[in-house]
Order: sequence, then C-alpha cells, then structure tokens
Amino acid sequence: MSLLKVDDIHVYYGNIHAIKGISFEVNEGEIVTLIGANGAGKSTTLNTVAGLLKPRSGSVTFDGRNMLGVPASKVVSLGMALCPEGRRVFQQMTVRENLEMGGYTRPNTEIEPSLEDVFKRFPRLKEREKQVAGTLSGGEQQMLAMGRALMSKPKLLMLDEPSMGLAPILVEQIFDIISELHQAGTTILLVEQNAQMALSIADRAYVLGTGRISMSGPAQEILADDRVRAAYLGG
Amino acid sequence: MVSFLRFFINGISLGSVYAIIALGYTMVYGIAKMLNFAHGDVIMVGAYVSFCAMQYLQLPPALSVLCAMVVCTVLGVIIEGLAYRPLRQAASLAVLITAIGVSYFLQNMALLIWSSNPKVYPSVFSVGAIRLFDGELLITSETLLTIFANIVIMIALTLFTGRTKVGKAMRAVSEDKGAAELMGINVNRTISLTFAIGSALAAIAGVLLCSAYPTLQPTTGSMPGIKAFTAAVFGGIGSIPGAMIGGLLLGVIEILGKAYVSTELGDALVFAVLIIVLLFKPSGLLGKPVHEKV
Repeated sequence: MSLLKVDDIHVYYGNIHAIKGISFEVNEGEIVTLIGANGAGKSTTLNTVAGLLKPRSGSVTFDGRNMLGVPASKVVSLGMALCPEGRRVFQQMTVRENLEMGGYTRPNTEIEPSLEDVFKRFPRLKEREKQVAGTLSGGEQQMLAMGRALMSKPKLLMLDEPSMGLAPILVEQIFDIISELHQAGTTILLVEQNAQMALSIADRAYVLGTGRISMSGPAQEILADDRVRAAYLGG
Repeated sequence: MVSFLRFFINGISLGSVYAIIALGYTMVYGIAKMLNFAHGDVIMVGAYVSFCAMQYLQLPPALSVLCAMVVCTVLGVIIEGLAYRPLRQAASLAVLITAIGVSYFLQNMALLIWSSNPKVYPSVFSVGAIRLFDGELLITSETLLTIFANIVIMIALTLFTGRTKVGKAMRAVSEDKGAAELMGINVNRTISLTFAIGSALAAIAGVLLCSAYPTLQPTTGSMPGIKAFTAAVFGGIGSIPGAMIGGLLLGVIEILGKAYVSTELGDALVFAVLIIVLLFKPSGLLGKPVHEKV
C-alpha cells in the first residue's frame, strides 16, 4: 500500500508557478527517487511534502492521513523525516546535541537507545560525539544529517541531494548506507542530481522536467531509457 | 586606592544590572533575529509593579519581585504575540520601527497610570552593609545582591541552554529555524519562551536598578536599556557570556570614567570604547563572525 501519496500539487513562490501539478507515490519498503536537472522542482517537492511549503492546490497523504495544514514541526512526529539539502546541521552544536535534536519529539527514555543505533551505523559520529558539528568534514556532516533524521525513527526518510559536494568515494559510501537503511526496512524518498547513482539503488523513479513529471517507471527501465541517458547521464 | 576599589565595585554592580538587561537583548536577538527596543521599558514596568506591590499592597520585597517577574513575563509574551509575530516575514526595518513604537507605547501607558512625577523607590534590601578598611570602603547589601543575582542568573542560563532539552532547542532555533522545525521544534513557542525569559530578567533588573538609583519615572528604562544594548553589541550580540562580559565592562568603564575623567563625559566614554572595539572586532568581543551560506 502506498505510504506517501502526492496528488496533483501546485506550488508557487510568490507569482512563480514552481510545481505545476506533480503526482507520485511511495510504497512501504521502497526506495523511490526523484531525479531531474537543477531548478526542476525536486527540493520544492520535498519541502512541500515535509510541510515547509504549502501547496496552492492538490493533496499530500501520508500513512492514510491528509497532511495539508499540518505544520512542519508536527510532521516529524507522524513518522516522516527530511534530511534537507545542504545538510543544515546545527554548526555550533556538538554531534551529540545535533542527534538529540533529531529525537526532539520522542520520549527521553528512547533517546539513548536510538543514539546507540545511530552510532552503530555511523561509527565516525561516535568518535566525534563531543565535537562541534561545524568542524566536521562534508562527508561527516552528511552522515550527521542522516543520523539526525534517523533519530526520529521515521517510517519515511526523505533525503535531499545527499551526494552534493562530496568526493566520489564518499558518495559511494553514502549510497551504501542508504541501501543498508533500505534493507533494514526504512522507506526512502531520494532526491538526487546524481541520477546514475540514484537509479542504481532505487526501485522506482520519477523524472522531473520544469515543474512536471516527464517520465516514471522502474528504476532499471529509466536507467536504460535513451532520452534519460541523453539528458541526465551524459549519453 | 580605597576609593578606586569603591568605584570599581560600584562599576561591577552597575555592570551587573546592564548584564542582566543585556541578556534579554542578546537572547531575543539570537533567536528572533530582531532588536527589541522595548526591552528597556519592560524594566521600567517591572520596577513600577514591584514599587506598587511594596507601597500599596504592603507585600514583602521578595514577593514584590516575584509579582514584577510574573507581570513582565506575561507582558513580554503579549508584546511578542501581538506586535512582533505578525511581522515574522516582514522586513527587519518594519520590525525595528514596531519595537520603537512598542517602547513609546509602554512609556506613555506608564505616564497615564503613574504620572510623570518621579517616585522614590523604597530600599528593598536593608540587611546592612559590609565595611572594610576601617569603614572607609562601604559595600551595601544592594551591591552585593546585584552581583550575586548576576552570577546566579548567568549560571542558570548557561545550564539551561547547555543541558536542558528546551534550552538546546532554543540554540537550534537560533541557528536555523527551518532545520529546527524539521526536528519537530515549535519555533513560535520557542520565540515566546525567549521573550518570557528575557522579560522576567528585565523585571529583576528593574528592581536592582531602582534599588541602587531610587528615582522611578516612565523614562527610567530607556537609558539603561540603550546602555545594555550597547553592552550586548560590545560583548557580541547573540552570545550569552558576551552579554555578561559586555555589561560588566560597560559598568566599570562608565563609573571609572565618571570618577577619573569627567562626570559629564562618562557616557560618551562608554560609547567611544564601543566604537573602538567594533573597529577592531566588528562582531563584538565574543561574537562569532557571520558567514553567509552559499
């Protein structure tokens, strides 16, 4: 059954019609990826799903619940976590404090076990536990942002450009972690510019043109499609 | 030497009041990214409320201070909710002008309620004084209490923002409101709470200020308010220890300047030092340099 269903949303920035009727769904246990060029509206779509932006029309249903009008600060407690573009970790707070913020909506007794889980998945973060997040490298900050999102034990983890600005070896590491999370049962909605990488781990994919979905289907088919290859995968 | 010590202690005491007020400025700026120029007038309201509680209701001093804190906390939250919250997305200039408007509003309300005649603030803490150097150096109980209150507030705030969940959430909001919201932190409520804490501190500052300088009138809060704002900028606006250090330095410079340089130029000296500090360190003594995200 579909965990997330987005139906014909239209989003505006002032007078600019950024999202012109996008529909897609994410089923429980899937990795779904939204790929597309810069400015296609990928992040806008994710931010709308997370409640940071309000669509002018259309609907977002998560876990059988209508999400329109639910403030962003309530979304996380319903089981949806967004790991935002550019990571946006709290630079002046320690690694541990960042993770604690990720578990903000959960009861205090559940924080410690979740911290242990995150540290098990990201041993690097354990080593840097008391360090201020601003001193971490880009890859470590991405791990922290993902760990922070996992602290809320989300049913749906949304990742916005996790590979941005990372060295190829780190990109591979991050994608390995995404696959691991998926195997552990987390449903993932992944937005990426690195289409090749995203398609290689995803179950299904949606290709975004400017504000519209131009193509969708199983990730392997999209990966093999000539038009996609020409537009996003460099031939 | 003894007289220097006396001036120095007076400076620390006045500086402690500035520091407590500056904490309100700096916390609100850190979290709501706005300058609440009505903060000084909340001090005045706190002083009047405690004055009335003692004078008319015959309440004991401690209870009067508590009354003032409660009234100011509520006032701070109302000001934020009615005047500033609707402007959350507005240009910062609009918010600034609103804050100035709120400041005049409070002063004029005080004028209406308590008239312009100065009231003589009663001595709140008449526990006696410490005499040192054969009675040459007199440290009043007000002075000691002011310094003590400052230390307690500083420790409490440091523990609050460093150790508690709500305090950490406050720091998260001050860094990145959007990301904080994604964590499930209610940003509006956090901003309200900041105003509540700042205003409660303003009430304490009002009582301490009027205990040391017992003339109370509707404009009582404006000059200390501006000086405390200066102290917050001096120490690095947004930084809690910065407000503390800025306040103390400002108080000491002001008193020593008045004592040794010129009574008339004492205030000017304060601002001259501020300008010099900002020339060399534009973000203030403990302020973090602002770097724009790309």
